[in-house]
Amino acid sequence: MELEQLRQQALAQLEQVHDEAALRSWNSQFLGKNGALTQALKRLAQLPPQDRPAYGQQVNALKEALLAALEHKKAELHQRELARSLAAEALDVTLPGRPVLRGRLHPATQVMRDILAIFAELGFQVYRSREVEDDLTNFELLNMPPHHPARDLWDTFHTTTPGVLLRTHTSPGQIHVMRQYCPRPIRVVLPGMCYRYEQITARSEIQFQQVEGLAIGESISLSDLIGTLSTFAKRFFGGERRIRIRNSYFPFTEPSIEVDVDCILCQGEVPGPSGSSGTAAAASSCTLCKGTGWLEILGAGMVHPVVLRHGGYDPERFQGFAFGMGPQRMAMLKYAIHDIRLFWSNARRFLEQF
Amino acid sequence: MKVSLRWLKEYVDIPWSVAEFAERLTLAGLEVTGVRPVGVPIPPGLRLKSEHPSPVWDEDKVVIAEVLEVRKHPDADRLHLVDLNYGSGTITVVTGATNLKPGDRGQKVVLARVGAVLIDGYSAERVLRPLKPARIRGVLSEGMVCSALELGIAEEHEGILLLDPDAPTGLPLAEYLGDIVLELDVLPSMARCLSMLGVAREVAALSGQQVRYPPTQVLFGPQDAAAQVQVTIADVSLCSRYAALILDSVQVAPSPAWLQLRLLLAGMRPINNLVDITNYVLLEWGQPLHAFDYDKLRDRAHGQTPHLFVRRARLGETLTTLDGQVRTLHPDHLVIADTAGPIALAGVMGGRETEVGPLTQKVLLESANFDAVSIRRTARHFDLPSEASLRFSRGVHPDLVEPAACRAAEWMRQLAQGTVARGLVDVYAARPADQQVSLSLAYIHRTIGYPIPREDILRILRSLEFTVTPSDQDTWLVTVPRHRLDVQHGPADLVEEIVRIYGYHRIPPTLPRDPLPDYQTPRDGHVEDRIRDILVTLGCQEVITYALTRAERERPLVGDGADYVRLLNPIHPDRSVLRRSVLCSVLEIAAQHLRETNRLRLFELGYVYLPRPGEKFPDERRHLALVLTGPRLPEFWDSAAQPPAQDFFDLKGVLEGLLEALHLGEAARGTAWTEWQPTSVSWLHPRRAAALVLRPSTSHGASKTLPPTNSPSAPIVFGYAGQLHPHLNDTYQLGRREVYVAELDLELLLPYLPERFACRAVSPFPPVRQDLAVLVDESTLAEHVRQEIVTAGQPLLREVHLFDVYRGPNIPSGKKSLAWSLTFQADDRTLTDKEVAKLYQKIVGRLEKHLGAQVRAP
Ligand SMILES: [Zn+2]
Repeated sequence: MELEQLRQQALAQLEQVHDEAALRSWNSQFLGKNGALTQALKRLAQLPPQDRPAYGQQVNALKEALLAALEHKKAELHQRELARSLAAEALDVTLPGRPVLRGRLHPATQVMRDILAIFAELGFQVYRSREVEDDLTNFELLNMPPHHPARDLWDTFHTTTPGVLLRTHTSPGQIHVMRQYCPRPIRVVLPGMCYRYEQITARSEIQFQQVEGLAIGESISLSDLIGTLSTFAKRFFGGERRIRIRNSYFPFTEPSIEVDVDCILCQGEVPGPSGSSGTAAAASSCTLCKGTGWLEILGAGMVHPVVLRHGGYDPERFQGFAFGMGPQRMAMLKYAIHDIRLFWSNARRFLEQF
Repeated sequence: MKVSLRWLKEYVDIPWSVAEFAERLTLAGLEVTGVRPVGVPIPPGLRLKSEHPSPVWDEDKVVIAEVLEVRKHPDADRLHLVDLNYGSGTITVVTGATNLKPGDRGQKVVLARVGAVLIDGYSAERVLRPLKPARIRGVLSEGMVCSALELGIAEEHEGILLLDPDAPTGLPLAEYLGDIVLELDVLPSMARCLSMLGVAREVAALSGQQVRYPPTQVLFGPQDAAAQVQVTIADVSLCSRYAALILDSVQVAPSPAWLQLRLLLAGMRPINNLVDITNYVLLEWGQPLHAFDYDKLRDRAHGQTPHLFVRRARLGETLTTLDGQVRTLHPDHLVIADTAGPIALAGVMGGRETEVGPLTQKVLLESANFDAVSIRRTARHFDLPSEASLRFSRGVHPDLVEPAACRAAEWMRQLAQGTVARGLVDVYAARPADQQVSLSLAYIHRTIGYPIPREDILRILRSLEFTVTPSDQDTWLVTVPRHRLDVQHGPADLVEEIVRIYGYHRIPPTLPRDPLPDYQTPRDGHVEDRIRDILVTLGCQEVITYALTRAERERPLVGDGADYVRLLNPIHPDRSVLRRSVLCSVLEIAAQHLRETNRLRLFELGYVYLPRPGEKFPDERRHLALVLTGPRLPEFWDSAAQPPAQDFFDLKGVLEGLLEALHLGEAARGTAWTEWQPTSVSWLHPRRAAALVLRPSTSHGASKTLPPTNSPSAPIVFGYAGQLHPHLNDTYQLGRREVYVAELDLELLLPYLPERFACRAVSPFPPVRQDLAVLVDESTLAEHVRQEIVTAGQPLLREVHLFDVYRGPNIPSGKKSLAWSLTFQADDRTLTDKEVAKLYQKIVGRLEKHLGAQVRAP
């Protein structure tokens, strides 16, 4: 049984093969042109003819077995080689990633977009009007004749051209829209920069953005205003926000309201019983709402008949609502920004957070 | 307006908890912005903070006591021993109060016993301290008599608080004086609520009750007032009514404790009974009053009957006001004058000479109505805001003159023992007509969008003292009550009254069901948003800066002599004009960022404001400014891969990216395309500056919004880009770095934005790429070479890409090698080598002929 010896010898030697070169020499020793298997086959001629087929089959079987073992060994060597090269490619995955160019929108732009997007869904188109206005449009046509006490609410930057000023609010845009589209229905928002003569502090700026809204039609009602603003508050601040409506005063709306949203920080929770021993203590300590549970977000109302008339609309037939809000204030509430000066200071550490 | 609830309850009941009351007032338009507890805890649920810590008066420990005897302290001159009866016992305490002296008895004082928490009267700050037993100079004191300061009623103290004689001995002070004072923010439209009665009317309307009006009858004496003073209103437009009452033989003295306390809680300082009464009635009715010393008026008239004139001041007249200031007057100022000159600034402040004082015996009480605008201007001119001018400048109904005068006269009769001369000397020059408004149910429902029931509407209007008479089916004639001036615009004003009392929270929210507009507003904003988004994807940080600046700062960028929109009243010289350059603003921010970082890539899309000769308003134009400097990317830990510094081509890359995304790039096939041309502007590096030129396409025609003055094919310079001129680095505090900047006038660009473009078919046939390296003169612009290639390669040349610019060995001096990659492709077939070779030769031929170029061997 020299074939069986050969087989054991070949497989035993294959066990010892650990690299490609040894494998090649093993291959030629056993399977090569002058290899052991070829030698074994040559012995066929010396056998009696009746034994030849069986012997031939045995040699072939042995050859196939050795070829299979060879393939298996090849794969094993390949795996080992791959593992070795992968190990050499090791890197520290905790190292920082390669920087990419990263730009950002100013937070005021982001918040303005959020606001306009919500109103776009409610059918409000964007309308822009100029920042340098006249007294007539900024005040008089909005039902504030000269010396009207309400003018005190808006400290104004005047230009050296008499009667020309920097708009103190986006409301003069109402007049421009109405005069452009009268008598068709109106559903617009008017975003833009406004200016006020004030000391710059953490809470007041000389320049700030506003978004005005105006809807006019034959049956635009106060309940529509409430529904619109309530929808807005929920979408902007998220969650199940509640709104509270207070009666207020603006010369260009009647009735006038102010809208509060329940505090997004303390959720407007009612504080516990107050008054420790002998003192009438403060109510609550929420820094955002100062304990009141409410955050003032905007002013609104039904367009004053005088303003409608100035816009060309007959108040007997048309009515509408208007609202105005400050995106900076909205952003301050939403992102807990404590100083309005951060917006136009463009402080790097501020901008990079948005 | 500070409202004591204890006082308010004299006129109306408050059927709610304090918290609910505050909420209801707030929602109805009388916003409660502050609370001051007086001797009691902050009511539960009230979500307001108190400005100051206040003591809570313990029922057992802070009580009313009667002085039995005041004795000298055996060992201290300035101290006394006070024996007190506090109802359930007696106690002896030590006091240093100056208003108790040996021999006193019967006074009603406030006793605090050990354990009571009070304000420490000896501390500079307002601190609360529990009272401890003390041995003062050998005498044990287990309590104290309290001052108004210690009790938290007043900010200062002059001795201990002496209560009125009828104060019940032994009663806990909290029960007698404990109070809640609410601070109300009164809207301009609710000026009528700058009075206790005004607030009471609101409460009555909100709770469905009646107001208990105070009596206004006067017990007159025998003499006639008319004989003692004459009144003339010289300017009826500024004074609609002037009434005077005369009181004789008054005794000026401190007011009773209850009156002083009410004034204190309302934020006013007690002075004497006469002045206190005018202030009390002002707070009660909202009608300012003024008391003159009648005898001084008579002296000024040389013993004759005084004659008062309400007139404009004469130029240069002077008046010494109550505060001792000499005021120089002007005809804009309304004064009360007599025959000798001005005696008071009408409705703003009285004169010192005719002021009432301790020796006053006879009083002329003024109750008048002055024009709101005039008072407002005068008070502002002299910077004299007062309780009187505040009310007049918001508008007071002249009908209040009489009840307020009578109420005050009767108090003066009772509290100052005066005799009131018979009759009001009353000149009612301009009585406002009764306001009547026609109101229909349909109008109310249409405006509110919710059918508030008819009965509620009528109840609300009547509770606010409107007279409502039916005039037609569901239509009423509504008469405005004679204390209101704010109903001026008809039914809209009444709708507000109805809905604010009814409650906004009871109106179910809806969304508008009206038809949407059938038009489109200009969609400019979308373009701005696109530009911002593109720049952000190109790695730029947006900034938004002040539109107000200082002209000098911009001068290097906009040149000398530029015209500006200037402010008449700038808040600071740095914010005195509207800018003409957005770049200047961004450079300011860049300088600030460069203190912390060395790399930036900033942009702003904002307005500039260019005055137009002969026009009222400036041209407000949108500009885009870019500032780049420092490494292209932040630092990376692999030191072999440090990013290069940003240069001109980074700036150009950003702008090309932007213009291509807007379909206005060099390869644009729409309404226009842009070119970069070498240029020279004063603020850019002379050899690193480009003008951005827009070339409107002749073949495609322009969009309909084009400005009519531009002929369609004239090139338009819409901006400049390059390295900031190094001599400006110091001006803008940028250090010694190369800063690349651009400013574009978007108004020139935006009209050419194609509203749409045709997308080119994607060919299924393979593209053929060929490289072409040409030698050209150093002075030949790459753009010219590119244009020649594009022209010669039509129509199968699809892409031209410059991939190498080379100078050096093998290149003759004065020459450069430009290597281009050309991509040919057909839409309908695979290109043959022969076709490509033919085109390639055509391009080479054109470059040789037009630019003298030499092809380098590939
Ligand atoms: Zn809160």
